[in-house]
Amino acid sequence: MIEIEDVHKSFGALEVLKGVSMTVARGEVVSVIGGSGSGKSTLLMCINGLEPIDAGRVVVDGVDVHARATDINRLRRRIGIVFQQWNAFPHLTVLENVMLAPRKVLGKSRAEAEAIATDRLSHVGLKDKLVAYPSRLSGGQQQRMAIARALAMSPDYMLFDEVTSALDPQLVGEVLDTMRMLSSEGMTMVVVTHEMRFARDVSDRVAFFHRGRIHEIGPPEQVIGNPQRPETADFLKSVR
Amino acid sequence: MNYSFHWRPVFQVMPEMLAGCLVTVEIAALSTVIGVAIGVALALGRTGGNRAAAAFALAWIEFGRNTPGLFQIYLVYFGLGSFGLHLNSYAALTAGIAFNNASYLAETFRGGLRAIPSTQTRAARSLGMSAPLAFRLIMLPQLFRIVYYPMVNQMILSVLMTALGLTVGLDTDLAGVTQHFNVLTYRTFEYFSVAAALYYLIAKAMMLTSRVVAWRLFRY
Repeated sequence: MIEIEDVHKSFGALEVLKGVSMTVARGEVVSVIGGSGSGKSTLLMCINGLEPIDAGRVVVDGVDVHARATDINRLRRRIGIVFQQWNAFPHLTVLENVMLAPRKVLGKSRAEAEAIATDRLSHVGLKDKLVAYPSRLSGGQQQRMAIARALAMSPDYMLFDEVTSALDPQLVGEVLDTMRMLSSEGMTMVVVTHEMRFARDVSDRVAFFHRGRIHEIGPPEQVIGNPQRPETADFLKSVR
Repeated sequence: MNYSFHWRPVFQVMPEMLAGCLVTVEIAALSTVIGVAIGVALALGRTGGNRAAAAFALAWIEFGRNTPGLFQIYLVYFGLGSFGLHLNSYAALTAGIAFNNASYLAETFRGGLRAIPSTQTRAARSLGMSAPLAFRLIMLPQLFRIVYYPMVNQMILSVLMTALGLTVGLDTDLAGVTQHFNVLTYRTFEYFSVAAALYYLIAKAMMLTSRVVAWRLFRY
């Protein structure tokens, strides 16, 4: 379970998170929607400690992410994240990209890591690209590789940070399908997204972010289908 | 013109001069490798958070790039003696060139590091890698490719700089061997023009080798 309690975060004078609280249960898919600059991506970075927080707490399965005593590298093995920019490692082949962390972080043997990587890459439909370098892949393929790379650590949680925003429209579908598949397999996911249809179809709950606060959180039928707050309704009108 | 050219004495000692070439290449390679290692450390020191390390790195880089290389070699060979540290000509020359290389390469590396998006480190850290591991596995290989040709360039400059070994009494490298036979025969033009041709060939050979190595190394 991910517990976010009254998290505050500022970049200089700009307070991007103004007291955010929410929980994500095991097996749940929570989509986070909202305008750009509303703080939703920052919140994701705070969940796995890529961004420090100023106040509040983030607790993952009882471990305080931002506590000084926490071994953040160990915790991150269990929290996969996929970014808007795919961040493929350009000097490694697709297979090596996915094998690297299992080998060097989890200490698996080359054969073991290769088996895991091949399995994950097949899962996201990249079985025929193992020896290719990322520069030879389309954006959608690179993003699916990034998903496979995170999955190779066998994480308990997956965070997605606007993973389709930088893709050509015709490539969005293949990435969303991969995410749908993960959710149907019971993966716990926090998905920052602008894809309202995806949020509506796949999420158990949707959180609407506005100016550093969660204004509305609930089942998609409510937040997207029948918003209770005027800000949510305005936002939804603007993205349609 | 009354001077008659005599090339025979030069070609008679060609084996010795070629042996000198090996020493020259050895010193250049050694001082480049040491320079690269120190250069990476200086680049990290300059960009890292530690102010003492940043000041030390900056001082090294400023001194190394803005004073004559000859003085740097002198300071190592004659100057360190004041502190009780006596190096032989070979070690002093290698250390002096390495010092010079490190200061130029540090700036090359600093620029190279900035060319790698910070999101690469972020992605590596998100997979549970520690900062040093992420640097070694993700940043360093990409940096190496970005700075590869500047590095080769620095190595060729090092080859040319080894001739300064003459000033600290080195007599085993190409310049030293050449000078040795020059003072025996005073066929200065002949010896030094052949030696210059050999330096040229060493530099060209290094450039060609580096192209082949790059072609093997950088498949992406």
